[in-house]
Amino acid sequence: MSQPTNFRTVGQTMRKKDSMQLLLGKGVYTDDIVRSRSPLVVKLLRSPHANAIVQSIRTDIAKKVPGVVDVYTWEDVPQKRFAIAGQTFPEPSPYDRLILDRHVRFVGDAVAIVAAEDEKAAQKALKLIKVEYQVLEPLLDFRTAKDNPLLVHPEEDWFPPCPVGGDNRRNLVASGLEQDGDVDAVMADCDIVIDRTYHTRAFNQAMMETFRSYCEMDVYGRLHVISSTQIVFHTRRILSNALGIPKSRIRVEKPRIGGGFGAKQTAVCDVYPAFVALKTGRPAEIIYTREESQIAGSPRHEMQVRVRLGASKEGRIRVLDLYTLSNSGAYGEHGPTTVGLSGHKSIPLYTASLEAFRFGYDVVYTNVQAAGAYRGYGATQGLFALESAVNELAEKLGQDPTRLRDANMLREGMYMPAYYGETARACALDRCMERCRQIFDWEHKYPVRDMGDGRIRAAGVAMAMQGSCISNLDVGSAVVRLADDGTFNLMIGAADMGTGCDTVLAQMTAECMDCSVDDVAVFGADTDASPYDSGSYASSTTYLTGKAVSEACDKLKKNLIGIAAELLSCPEDSLEFVKGGVKELGGEQRFVSLTQLAVKSQLNSSHTAEAAASCASPVSPPPYMVGMAEIEVDTRTGVVTVLDYKAVVDCGTPINPALARIQTEGGIVQGIGHTLMENVTYGSRGQILENSFMQYRLPTRLDMGKLQVEFESSFEPTQPFGAKSIGEIVINTPAPAIAHAIYRATGVWHRTLPITAEQIALGLET
Amino acid sequence: MEITLTLNGRTVTASISPDLLLIDFLRDHGCLSVKRGCESEVCGLCTVLMDGQPILSCSMLTARAAGHSIYTLEGLQAEAQEFVGFIADQGADQCGFCNPGFVMNTIALLRENPDPTDDEIRAFLAGNLCRCSGYEGQLRGIRSFLNTRNAKKEENA
Repeated sequence: MSQPTNFRTVGQTMRKKDSMQLLLGKGVYTDDIVRSRSPLVVKLLRSPHANAIVQSIRTDIAKKVPGVVDVYTWEDVPQKRFAIAGQTFPEPSPYDRLILDRHVRFVGDAVAIVAAEDEKAAQKALKLIKVEYQVLEPLLDFRTAKDNPLLVHPEEDWFPPCPVGGDNRRNLVASGLEQDGDVDAVMADCDIVIDRTYHTRAFNQAMMETFRSYCEMDVYGRLHVISSTQIVFHTRRILSNALGIPKSRIRVEKPRIGGGFGAKQTAVCDVYPAFVALKTGRPAEIIYTREESQIAGSPRHEMQVRVRLGASKEGRIRVLDLYTLSNSGAYGEHGPTTVGLSGHKSIPLYTASLEAFRFGYDVVYTNVQAAGAYRGYGATQGLFALESAVNELAEKLGQDPTRLRDANMLREGMYMPAYYGETARACALDRCMERCRQIFDWEHKYPVRDMGDGRIRAAGVAMAMQGSCISNLDVGSAVVRLADDGTFNLMIGAADMGTGCDTVLAQMTAECMDCSVDDVAVFGADTDASPYDSGSYASSTTYLTGKAVSEACDKLKKNLIGIAAELLSCPEDSLEFVKGGVKELGGEQRFVSLTQLAVKSQLNSSHTAEAAASCASPVSPPPYMVGMAEIEVDTRTGVVTVLDYKAVVDCGTPINPALARIQTEGGIVQGIGHTLMENVTYGSRGQILENSFMQYRLPTRLDMGKLQVEFESSFEPTQPFGAKSIGEIVINTPAPAIAHAIYRATGVWHRTLPITAEQIALGLET
Repeated sequence: MEITLTLNGRTVTASISPDLLLIDFLRDHGCLSVKRGCESEVCGLCTVLMDGQPILSCSMLTARAAGHSIYTLEGLQAEAQEFVGFIADQGADQCGFCNPGFVMNTIALLRENPDPTDDEIRAFLAGNLCRCSGYEGQLRGIRSFLNTRNAKKEENA
């Protein structure tokens, strides 16, 4: 579909509405807002053991520390299990947590809660809690977890709200199998079969603002939560489940958020200050240290993906067989759902030539940090595996890997059996490839070049896709209101976590109401005042909440025509909404301005100058992307320097091109991080060794080479502005593209991330 | 212990605990722009200026700032306003949590080297992590500011 060009505000680059406040350092984040209320400091005593039972716990000495208000243990908390994953009810994630559990399941699991007047008292109390553990053997290798006699969740009250193939007696969070066509027959008929296994680790989102939440009892005696969260409504339900109080007694709001990337799609820390506020009646705040965020957060699922790819000798990809083993860690948050994307958001890329596919998976419990949602959500892992396997096929056949993809890739109009049976209504993947080849200068950069002194330059390529919401499930909502002075208020339940969705949705409002973006004031998100929205995740806000904005605006226009009809004493069907007000179609062509309408709506009026809309979607249109990397490998040290990264993205209509570009650049750099330098390894006790930014090395501005991003737009017909998503897909291409380039330079395929200099140097020795 | 220092141009005398970190002192004194990101001198979020030099306030005892002049972004709003709009134009502010530290270090850079090259900008700001933007947009913003300023200078010359 081609893109209509008649938008005024949509498609324009403009500043985020909160830019200047953020750049000038105003106090707009959780702790900035609440610290003047002198909240109790909440700290957690964490388990040093990966698997242990608390035999006895003494808190009497700790409680005597001056300034300590109380100390809570497993004996003090409700004994009903819940999940902290931010998902629509009933959640696919198992109810396998307690606020504090006698059975601790990873190094860092919460053992006790300390509430104190200040940090020092809390720290002192932590040291004075005496715990005796019955230390159990930990289950640390996820490859041996399924049906292992060591059980991570042996408890009787483990509860899965959805049937997702989980079984706590088998260490299974979920399992499944889906297929189309006769995989074994087609595979047997293939000239060439690539059978490879790939491994990715539990990478950390490492958002700059660590997990934090503040809770107080409000004037009505309700629990009022101010949390750095992507999911205010889900957090309300999670707290209700955890604390055993009605949802109506809880209000959750989010201020500005210092980054999320999915980490804050899980209520990682809210239950602790909420419990303290309920118990003490006093405001309470928890702020995770960077170490806590690294070891007890909600990182990416470690996955091992086996790809069996069958092709003809001409390079036609005829059959794909993926099996993903996913490590959910100690708890099951997002386990059943992330694994699905490793197949659903990779296999469909090769729809054009595919005769059959199979996708099987197991998600297992182990005694390491529980995983959760991280940008890409399983697609990142699956695409590293499949795109690497396709590159291995091309290299084996001696074909240009971009041309091989041209011959196999999904194209507009195709029905996708591996993608929920949806049709690719808007797909510019072919144009993305063509354009990326051009701007990257693939013809000249793909050949391996020896630069002398052991330095070799080479290039690699990868494609990616994602979704634009969770179809037939999640809900996006908007309320649009005419304000007194003829401007508009937009109320949302989606969470701007720095992505700019407040601005993007305001642009859509301005487009619909034919006004300036400056005349749209955005409010969100607050469970007491926002319309219900699942929250900002699953790449859904632009697509789904954007759709709701458009529908709410349509309804508001009708309401405003109603008010104008009353003012003018004429029938509604003789009026139309125009820029700045409502106009009579014929007759005297009388005009009522928005300000007049606003005044009238507040004076002897029974019309509401407000409209709400909620949307779900039967489809989740994929965005598409091609990424190409040029690197230089120093074969003496194994050090890889990323020289050049070019990407072309089809996200439908980019609503705000500057913000779409920054999303893409940011995602690529995160991808470079988990490809080359971010690592997660465990010590003998199961403790995470990369527990600070000293060890967990994020890319700096010296690590990412030159980035260039372009858009090949399509127009998604199921969205009023033709938009799809951008936030997640952008993290997916670096790992397979750079791994490909490293192979080109060194002759060694690296199938485990990250590919560190050490790994490369060792690979060259053998 | 009692200390006296200059905070954003005003003399402040306070009674502090000897182990109080400068970042906590500053946040307690209303300088909410100063953010804690890593606690290990890696991320640059807590950057402030001491006697004009950028330092990491998460790793400095308040006692060591006694007798010195500390500036946070609260005290340098006008100087920041000269260029941060160009970063906003790129959308590179994103979540904003790293912005104050990065803006403070950019102020230090531009004071020391008013017309830096792209590589000099990258090198000077290498200690300021950002997880959202991928850095290119921040660079484009600063570059655009410098180009605009230099063009104006030429016009006036």
